[in-house]
Amino acid sequence: MNTRIPIFRTASLVLGFAFLYIPILSLVVYSFNKSRLVTVWGGFSTQWYGRLFQNEQILDAAWLSLKIAATTATGATILGTLAGLALARFGAFKGRALLSGMTTAPLVMPEVITGLSLLLLFVALEQLIGWPQGRGQTTIVIAHITLTMAYVTVIVQSRLSTLDDSLEEAAMDLGARPAKIFFVITLPIIAPALISGWLLAFTISLDDLVITSFVSGPGSSTLPMVIFSKVRLGVSPDINALASIMVLIVTIGVVLAGVMLSRQEKRRQKDMALAAGTSTK
Amino acid sequence: MIAPKPLRADSPRSERSSPGTQLLLRYLQNLPPYRWTQSRLVKWGLTGRSAAVAVPYFWLLLFFLVPFLIVLKIAFSDTQIAMPPYQPLFQWAGEKVLTIKLNLGNFLFLVEDNLYWKAYMNSVKVAAISTVLCLLIGYPMAYAIARADATRRNMLLMMVILPFWTSFLLRVYAWIGLLKTNGLINNFLMWVGVIDQPIVMLQTDFAIYVGIVYSYLPFMILPLYSNLEKLDLTLLEAAADLGCRPFKAFLKVTLPLSKPGIYAGSMLVFIPAVGEFVIPSLLGAPESLMIGKVLWTEFFSNRDWPVASAVAIALLTLLVIPIGFLMHLQNEEARAARR
Repeated sequence: MNTRIPIFRTASLVLGFAFLYIPILSLVVYSFNKSRLVTVWGGFSTQWYGRLFQNEQILDAAWLSLKIAATTATGATILGTLAGLALARFGAFKGRALLSGMTTAPLVMPEVITGLSLLLLFVALEQLIGWPQGRGQTTIVIAHITLTMAYVTVIVQSRLSTLDDSLEEAAMDLGARPAKIFFVITLPIIAPALISGWLLAFTISLDDLVITSFVSGPGSSTLPMVIFSKVRLGVSPDINALASIMVLIVTIGVVLAGVMLSRQEKRRQKDMALAAGTSTK
Repeated sequence: MIAPKPLRADSPRSERSSPGTQLLLRYLQNLPPYRWTQSRLVKWGLTGRSAAVAVPYFWLLLFFLVPFLIVLKIAFSDTQIAMPPYQPLFQWAGEKVLTIKLNLGNFLFLVEDNLYWKAYMNSVKVAAISTVLCLLIGYPMAYAIARADATRRNMLLMMVILPFWTSFLLRVYAWIGLLKTNGLINNFLMWVGVIDQPIVMLQTDFAIYVGIVYSYLPFMILPLYSNLEKLDLTLLEAAADLGCRPFKAFLKVTLPLSKPGIYAGSMLVFIPAVGEFVIPSLLGAPESLMIGKVLWTEFFSNRDWPVASAVAIALLTLLVIPIGFLMHLQNEEARAARR
C-alpha cells in the first residue's frame, strides 16, 4: 500500500514537469539548428544568434521594453507597497473594501478589457486636458503600473500579514515616528517581498502584449509586439534564439533570487530566535 | 553571571542594513521646512498614514475605475467616422439644455448578430474545459509537492513557477513548433510507428486547450498547493486508525478540505481564459471564435469603438459572478488567516 502511492505521486510530478518543460527545451534545442525549417535538424549552428544581434528592429524593441519594464517595476513597487501596507496594517479605514477590490480585480480581469478601457481613458484625457499627448512610452508605463501593482500589493500584504507587528509596536512604544518605523523596521523586514514584487512586475511588463498593443502608439513597438507580428507569419529560428537567451536569463535570475531569499530568511529566523532568547533571560 | 546583552528588540540588523537612510531621515526631519509642512499637513488631517493610502487609491481610481465608466459611456454612443470614432453622449442642444443620447443599438447589435453569442458560448466552453483539464493535471502535482520532503518542496515549487517567469508569448510560440503538421510530436509519433499520416493539431480547438492548460497550469497548482500544505495530517491518521483505506480517506477528508484551493485555482484559470486573445490567435484556427479575439478585431480591424466597448461591457457582466465569488473566497481566507 505504501509503495503504490509514492509511485503515483512521482509519476504525476514527472509527467507534469515534462509537460511544462519539453516545449521550453525544444525552443532552446532548435535555436542551435542549422536548418531554417525549425523542426528539421540540419546540424549544430549558432548562426541565428548572430542574425538576432544584427536585427535592428528586435534590438530597438528589446531596449524599449527593458526601459518600460524597469520604470514600471519601480513605480509598481512603490504604489503596491503603499497599498499593501494600508491593507495589512492600517486596520479598518474608509474605503478599505474598495481599495482591496481595486487591487485584486486587475489580477483576474481579461487583458482585452483592461487594455481597451485604459486606451479610452487616455483618449478622453487627451481631449479634456491635452495630456497625455498621443500614445507611447508614457501611456504604456501607466498601463503596466496599473496592472502590475496589484501583484506587488498581494505579495507585500501577504508578507506583512504573516509577520506579527510586535517589532513595530515596540518601536512605537519607544517613541519612534511612523515614518521612521516604516523605514527602519518595516522596510527591511519586507525587503524580500519588495524584491520579488519588483522582479514580478518587471517580467510581467516585459512580457505583456495585449494591453501594450491597445495603449501604444506609432513608433513605440515593444518586444512582444514585434515577436507577435513575426510569429504570426510562422516559426522563425531567430525567435528561438531570442527565447533561449531569455530562458537563460530568467533561469539564472530565479535560481539566484531563490538562493538569496532562502539564505536571508534563514538569517532572519536566526536573528528572531536570538532576540527571543535574550529577551526571556 | 553573564553580562546582559544589549536589547535586541530594536533590531540591530535593520540598523546595519540602512544607516544611509537613517542619516538622511534624521537630517531631513530637523530641517524647518519639513517641520512646517508636517505641522500644516497634520492640521489638515493629512498624516503620513492617509497619504500612504491616498496615493495608490487615487492611482487606481483614475486608471482602473474611471476607465470602466468611460467604456460604459462609449458602449452607449453612436459610431461616427472621426477621431475618436464615436459621438459624444452628452450634448449641449441650444441654451442650457443638456441632451443625453443613449444608444442601445450596440447592445441590440450584439444580441441580433449570431456571431457574438456564438463567440461567448465558445469562449465559456473552451475556458471551462481547460479549467477542468488544469485541475486534473494540477491537483496530483500540487498534492505530490505538498507531500514531498520539506527540503525538496521549495525546489519543486520553484520548478512550477519558473516557466511562469519566461515569456508567455514565447511559451505559446513553442507549441507551434511542437504541434505543426511536420512538427516534433507528429515526427516522433511517425518515427515510433503509431501513426502513418501526420495528425492535424495546429489550428484546431485541441491546440487552444493545450495552450491554455500549459500557460495557466501554475495558477492552478499554486493555490492548490498552499491549501494542501496546510492540511492537518492527523486527520488522515485518524481516518486510517478507524480503518479507512487511503483512497477513501482522500475522497472523504482531503478532497473536501481542499475545496477553497480548488475554487481559487479554477477561478484564476477560468476568468483570464475566457478573454484570452494570444492563444487562440496563434494556435487556433483563423475562424475560431473567442470573445477576446472578437473584441480585438472590432477594435483594431473594424475600428468600431462603441461595439468593442459593448462587447467589453457584456463580457464583464458575464464575468462579474465568478469574479465576485473569487473575491468572496479571498476575503474568507484572509479572515481565516487573521483568526
